[in-house]
Amino acid sequence: MKTTNPIAALFGHSPFKPVQQHMHLVLDCVSEVPRLFDALIAGDEAALTQAKEAIFAKEQTADDLENQLRVHLPRGLFMAVDRRDLLELLEMQDSMADTAQDIAGLLLERRMEVEADMAEPLREFVARCVETARQAGGIVDELDELLETGFRGREASRVEEMANALNQIEDETDRLGMNLARQLFANEDRMKPVSVMFWYQIFQWIGDIADYAEKVGDRLRLMIAR
Amino acid sequence: MEIISEWGTVLLVLAILFGAYMTWGIGANDVANAMGTSVGSGAITVKQAILIAAIFEFAGAFIAGGNVTKTIRKGIIDPAPLVHNPELLIYGMLAALLAAAIWLMIASARGWPVSTTHSIVGALVGFAVAGIGMDAVNWGKIGQVVASWVVSPVLGGLIALLLMVSIRKLIFDTDNPFHKAKAWGPVYVFLVGWIVSLVTLFKGLHHLHLALSTGESFAVATAIGLVVAFIGKAMIARVQVDEQADRDFHFASVEKVFTPMMVFTACAMAFAHGSNDVANGIGPLAAIVSIIQSGGEVAQKSALPLWILVLGGAGIVVGLATLGYRVMQTIGHKITELTPTRGYCATLAAATTVVLASKTGLPVSTTHIAVGAVIGVGLARGVGALDGRVIGNIVVSWLVTLPAGGILAAVFFFMLKGIFG
Repeated sequence: MKTTNPIAALFGHSPFKPVQQHMHLVLDCVSEVPRLFDALIAGDEAALTQAKEAIFAKEQTADDLENQLRVHLPRGLFMAVDRRDLLELLEMQDSMADTAQDIAGLLLERRMEVEADMAEPLREFVARCVETARQAGGIVDELDELLETGFRGREASRVEEMANALNQIEDETDRLGMNLARQLFANEDRMKPVSVMFWYQIFQWIGDIADYAEKVGDRLRLMIAR
Repeated sequence: MEIISEWGTVLLVLAILFGAYMTWGIGANDVANAMGTSVGSGAITVKQAILIAAIFEFAGAFIAGGNVTKTIRKGIIDPAPLVHNPELLIYGMLAALLAAAIWLMIASARGWPVSTTHSIVGALVGFAVAGIGMDAVNWGKIGQVVASWVVSPVLGGLIALLLMVSIRKLIFDTDNPFHKAKAWGPVYVFLVGWIVSLVTLFKGLHHLHLALSTGESFAVATAIGLVVAFIGKAMIARVQVDEQADRDFHFASVEKVFTPMMVFTACAMAFAHGSNDVANGIGPLAAIVSIIQSGGEVAQKSALPLWILVLGGAGIVVGLATLGYRVMQTIGHKITELTPTRGYCATLAAATTVVLASKTGLPVSTTHIAVGAVIGVGLARGVGALDGRVIGNIVVSWLVTLPAGGILAAVFFFMLKGIFG
């Protein structure tokens, strides 16, 4: 005897767990970027290729999950958060992985040489940006707690504080990025002009990872504000 | 009148058979919807649900099923046009029972969600209008019943929302949610016992000849509530903090506290369902028995015989024990969205609403109320995603079940009239 149970049918696929899973995948991907630059600075071809492969593979996995999630968000679903907010959050998360992919792609297409005095600042810059991404990941992890408390009260305040901290870290990465650019322009007469342009592009991209991470925090602020 | 003296026994046997078949169908089919929130939240297993349902469905039917049975038996059909032809009422009641039971069978086999209440009410109106005339139906009562079909899910949702908000304020939004949960838990368990008892016993139980004043009702209800709360407190005290789970999801231990509490709401829901839906099977049966035993009097002045209530309760239990097990497997998979706190709110809200309807003698759809209660929790932003298309399905079932029951009942009515004269 087949029976559709209205209670069971009432529950749609909740998007929260998949969104958190997606964020974990994105963080996995972005965490490979420091390794990428370490290999570049050390001049290790094999390690560089390995890191690039890892980033590409993880970005693909994240994309697959994102597509699956979109398929399970039909218009008939009533959700605790606005559908558009959730989809934009997903987009921001995805952009972080995409940017990591762009960086990895470029580093392998063109032989980029790191000037000696730029190595350490570069390492620090990358580390800080990945840190920003991790902080954003921590906020996304709070989604199920937010749901439990109805996006109000202490939990909401806690998440707001985390978003504030995220903003501060992102400000730092802005400073680090600008310092690095200043150093680049100080060196520009020594370096090949084309290299200078592409290094500038790479700094932009690394900074973008932190920017998107900040946007993730902003999206979550919006969900609470509702 | 001769028809009754000639065919009385046959008609009585048919009535008992059809009535038993209907209550069996109610047990097999409806119970899954009533116990759905409890099983879906993972608080009780399907086996435990069957056991709870067996005990409390019977209790609900026997203790609190009297008023709704009265409505189905004599509230919907106006006996005045039938005074000289009492056998028509017998045919009609038989036809209604058969129609509703067969519709239940067809819809279940096809996997369509069906409301047994809508089936029987549609069937009764159907045979009355087709077989006798528009004035055979008590349209005022029907108006009340239909209004209750619209109001009850909304009420269920509202109560669920209020419960959810209270749990958030008192437990979740505090410094130490786990301790607050352990402190307030027994109060919430008290609430379950108190509300269900109070609504059921308020001013006594007419069909069981139990008279209680308002004050006595409150006293008994409070006593029952306290007993239940004590048991609940003992169960809650055994819950330990799960540090590992808490790291993953901060409120995991709080949810663990609410898990034993859901056992009580499951009992309440089974009780409520039995109290309201048993009438769908035995209401018509009671009407037929009354006419035959009084030798043709349609006015239905006699009291409800207790053996009919027992038959109804037993039918439901047999139904859920035989087929209900399989049906409940369809909600057997744990609905991860339905945590114990939300399951508690939805189930208690639904049980309260249904028991209130039973007390006021209004036949309602327990399924629709349960859906309304879950939506209420969702409105409190407590559920990740609710599929709004289910509401569409429910509206469609309204539009299909009512006429289907009515047409089938009319057909059977004329068949019976042809057979027995």
